[in-house]
Amino acid sequence: MITDRHQKEIPHSVVHSIKQRRGGSHIKEIAIHAALFACGILSIFTTLGILGILVYETVQFFQEISFLQFFGDTRWTPLFVSKHFGIWPLLCGTLLVTAIAMAVALPIGLLCAVYLSEYARPNVRKVVKPLLEILAGIPTVVYGYFALLFVTPLLQNIIPGMAGFNALSPGIVMGIMILPIVSSLSEDAMYAVPQSLREGAYALGSTKLQVSFLTVVPAAFSGITASFILGVSRAIGETMIVAIAAGLQPRLTANPIEPIETMTAYIVQVSLGDTPHGTIEYKTIFAVGMVLFVSTFVLNIISQWMRGKFREVYT
Amino acid sequence: MVTETKEPPLQHTCPHGKKPGRRWNNIIFQAVAITALVATVSVLILLLVDISIDGIPRLNWTFLSHYPSRKPEMAGILSALVGSGCLVFLTGLIAFPIGVGAAIYLEEYAGNNWFSKIIEVNIANLAGVPSIIYGLLGLEVFVRIMHMDRSLLAGACTLALLVLPMIIIASREAMRTVPVSIREASFAVGATRWETIRYHVLPLAFPGILTGTILALSRAIGEAAPLIPIGALTYVAFLPDSPLAPFTALPIQIFNWISRPQKGFADNAAAGSIVLLVVLLLMNAGAIWLRNRYQKKLH
Repeated sequence: MITDRHQKEIPHSVVHSIKQRRGGSHIKEIAIHAALFACGILSIFTTLGILGILVYETVQFFQEISFLQFFGDTRWTPLFVSKHFGIWPLLCGTLLVTAIAMAVALPIGLLCAVYLSEYARPNVRKVVKPLLEILAGIPTVVYGYFALLFVTPLLQNIIPGMAGFNALSPGIVMGIMILPIVSSLSEDAMYAVPQSLREGAYALGSTKLQVSFLTVVPAAFSGITASFILGVSRAIGETMIVAIAAGLQPRLTANPIEPIETMTAYIVQVSLGDTPHGTIEYKTIFAVGMVLFVSTFVLNIISQWMRGKFREVYT
Repeated sequence: MVTETKEPPLQHTCPHGKKPGRRWNNIIFQAVAITALVATVSVLILLLVDISIDGIPRLNWTFLSHYPSRKPEMAGILSALVGSGCLVFLTGLIAFPIGVGAAIYLEEYAGNNWFSKIIEVNIANLAGVPSIIYGLLGLEVFVRIMHMDRSLLAGACTLALLVLPMIIIASREAMRTVPVSIREASFAVGATRWETIRYHVLPLAFPGILTGTILALSRAIGEAAPLIPIGALTYVAFLPDSPLAPFTALPIQIFNWISRPQKGFADNAAAGSIVLLVVLLLMNAGAIWLRNRYQKKLH
């Protein structure tokens, strides 16, 4: 990266002497520079904007509802007559669906990654990788349809007493959606492990399986962890699948066959109704959005940090 | 004599005397891994088949040319399709210049200092923010503060912010493939920095930039979550006549139909999903075609 940048850097003296020659284009150059700078800095303003509105509305929310109620109550019923503002049912629903999704995405994603990186022939890789990528590109409403009208009825045949809306079916479908993220990032990490490590392990008499799991996977561990954390972050932020198939009923339960509600689905539920600006219901979506933003933000930072660490080791 | 008696057990542990288990483990692993891959791909096929079975009978001209209706067999996706089209067009109009501009700034102007590092980390982070959060941002900033109300423009601005990180990342990658020697040659004949970018870097990087933009917009067209807080309507029986008109979009219409209990509406949702998938397929095919057509010219 660093050498690349140095090569590209054009000596400022060269540009400067040209600027001096033509006065008119000098102003034009500065104007263009300023306009491009404005485009670049917009991303900073986007982040500040997100933080700003979430903090502003959340502060307003906590002027009416105490911290103790938000983190102490175990019921979330802001839309009912008797209002309770305990975040735990929403957090619990989010974690439950995320756990189910990762239970699907992690083992299968990792298996696929090891196979594609260590075993598959190049032409198999060439066919299978884009096929997996398609899974990540399907719109989430379509996955929602699939979860509600195909997977749920299928599971109801197997698990008696399963509700029409539940955490299990959207969780599984979300896991399939996230699988390509886990497998493709893990595979990149394994692919980047130097060949010399593999050769060293073979020289000591390892089989291919031992090389894969005892040498390559541990060597790529921080990259694999990064992919896993990114997958968790995606699962927490995923909205439409759970809004469609999980039931919109905030409930403090770990039972995957009952209806639940996630943080994202709650925001959808409130947004669909006509909630006037300034009411407490309106403020709740920002308070929930704040919790959602902070949790995904922390996970993304950890994931980036781990990927950076992995890159440091092998480049 | 003592050594001789010890030799047979030694042979067993010796790495050259292959234990049959080692070979089998390998084969078993491959079988399990291939099963996992096949299972995953067959879920994809299952999803497509399921939607086709439910949706294809509903796909006809009436479905494409009618407005939504209370009766499922009379309902169509005209307003949703036109809404999505306008939305993607406006999103591209907003996001493309800003995204490419930001990429040019980061690649060609910004030095290797702390400020450009912050922008870089920030863009990577924005790419990971859940899309519904962008919806909240759009609701507060575009709908309320800027008084765009629940309009196409508010939706397009929100989606533009959502896809900007993707466009910036793709454009930067495209510009990085342009050799430094071309820039140096341009400077050597007296071009300014902007002239170099305008006449040499951008034309060469353009196919890559366009491919990245199309892929980013194809993500925007499938998104429902950021549009829901903005207030995309679910029952729109007219076509938008200005960027400030209320609107609906294809994923929103599909979501609305799924939420209804009648079977007829579920079939409409499946048919709408097929249309959405076909649109996505066309956009992705276009992007791949562009990439393959122009990729080799550089080298």
